Amino acid sequence: MMGGAVNGRRAAARLLGGGRATEARERVSLTRAVVGYTLLIVLSAVFLTPFAWTVSTSLKSDAQVYSLDVTWIPSPVMWSNYAEAITAIPFFTYLRNSVTVTALCIVGTVFSSTLVAYAFGCLEWPGRDALFVLLLAGMMLPPQVTMIPVFILFCRLGWVDTFAPLVVPAFLGGGAFFVFLLRQFFKTLPKDLFDAARIDGCSAFGMYWRIALPLSRPAVMTVVIFTLNMTWNDFLGPLVYLNSDSKKTLALGLQAFSSETGAEQAELMAISVLMVLPLLIVFFLGQRYFVEGITLTGMKG
Amino acid sequence: MTTSERRHLRNGLLFALPYLIGVAAFVVYPLVMSVYYSFCRYNIISSPVWIGLDNYRELFFNDPVFLKAVYNTLYYTAFAVPLGLAFSIGLAMLLNLRTPGVAVFRTVFFLPSIVPMVASAMLWLWVLNPESGLVNGLLRQVAGIDGPGWLADEHWSKPSLVLMSLWGLGTAMVIFLAGLSDVPQALYEVARIDGAGPWRTFRHVTLPMLTPTILFNLVMGLIGAFQYFTQVYVMTGGRGGPVDSTMFYALYLYRNSFYYLRMGYACAMAWMLFVLIFVCTAAVFASSRRWVYYHGE
Repeated sequence: MMGGAVNGRRAAARLLGGGRATEARERVSLTRAVVGYTLLIVLSAVFLTPFAWTVSTSLKSDAQVYSLDVTWIPSPVMWSNYAEAITAIPFFTYLRNSVTVTALCIVGTVFSSTLVAYAFGCLEWPGRDALFVLLLAGMMLPPQVTMIPVFILFCRLGWVDTFAPLVVPAFLGGGAFFVFLLRQFFKTLPKDLFDAARIDGCSAFGMYWRIALPLSRPAVMTVVIFTLNMTWNDFLGPLVYLNSDSKKTLALGLQAFSSETGAEQAELMAISVLMVLPLLIVFFLGQRYFVEGITLTGMKG
Repeated sequence: MTTSERRHLRNGLLFALPYLIGVAAFVVYPLVMSVYYSFCRYNIISSPVWIGLDNYRELFFNDPVFLKAVYNTLYYTAFAVPLGLAFSIGLAMLLNLRTPGVAVFRTVFFLPSIVPMVASAMLWLWVLNPESGLVNGLLRQVAGIDGPGWLADEHWSKPSLVLMSLWGLGTAMVIFLAGLSDVPQALYEVARIDGAGPWRTFRHVTLPMLTPTILFNLVMGLIGAFQYFTQVYVMTGGRGGPVDSTMFYALYLYRNSFYYLRMGYACAMAWMLFVLIFVCTAAVFASSRRWVYYHGE
């Protein structure tokens, strides 16, 4: 329908002074490009400014931090702020805890969500689709609705102030979001592969392990990256379940430190920078997985 | 059931077992208990005591903080979500110009959304500091005016939070970018040949084709805004800002559960939140039939 109209109109335009129209078109594009580019640069500067200010503050002396003048380059450059920051809080303990929880969650999520997604995406069994709808509906529940009974459950199990409440759910399905994502992906795998394997006597688990998993590397990488980001970021979970200092994660530790009296602003900024740095590194290494993952969920969602 | 059907069922259930246990333990059981608790007075230490509709009655008729929390949350949602949508579409359109180095810009815009919320809350708390913060400092130096109290001022605290939320738009922007790339070039050609300027092209070609993506981001934005918690907690030390001006719904819920140990009351709040989210989402979906255009279906 569209094609015919376009061809007709293009032919007409070409006949009626297409030359001039082409020039006008190119001129408009140039203006647009220049305006667009300027806007991009200005907005980028605006977006990066808070980062720059944080790093700048983290290297300032107290006098400069609290002064009323806006200075960007600290002088002197107080690298010692970072050393002080690391000793002011049990930084390495918090770091180790964050890493532990994150690593465990990634492992748990990858294995359990792929297993479950495999069941929903590659296997045929009665009740499968109804159960999947249930899974989707569960995603719509705000966490606050289940938060309290789950907390009480963990209380009774004696798991408060351990990592278990943060990690065990990752092993039990890994979250409906990831099951959904992986299931959509598994469904795109060609059926013939599985049929051929089945004819060759491959078990269901064998097909999962040797066919589905290896072929889903991009989707699995996305799950890894998202889990990493979510767990490193997680605040409410640790806030509710982690009480003693030796167990706190970086997110919680940073917040706890900030509400202490006498917490130095420069040190706070330094810790923030240190907390963001690992994520930035992961992001730059795995950039396309972030973007691909979001696109996958946004378009299929 | 035939043997092979039974085998398939067994396999299916076996593979889905982690999820089945998870959903039973962390979704179904808590859901049921949460409904029960909402009709009780429960402080963990002693057993729940059935009090019928008292929690709900108190919420709506006897709790000014609750009403403030609802107001604050609705205020934030009403501003943050539409502004967020407009801004992220704008950013996506800018990136869609495909100027040289666009990947760098995309990264810059996306970066803030992966910063942990705690860190970004600390960051912005300092940027918006009324005395030594960046914003007021610049206002003083460049424009010679005394900036407002931002988060420390009860009239500016929510607008500050709305402003902050615009920084973390990366995710929505990326989704819009993907949606924009789905718009067929042919449509742009036709619009150009028909003499449409940039605004009319946007209004009559780009926007309609983007409506499915807008719907998705709108719903996700609404759900996120109603549950807004971490930044508020970090920035106000869990207190809800100057004169309760940033006492958001999720924060008040949290305080009722873990500060005041009013578990039953908090459960009632949680269910009201669910109802609110459900009603809004359903309304959006119902209206979507009128303004969303699903091309390619």
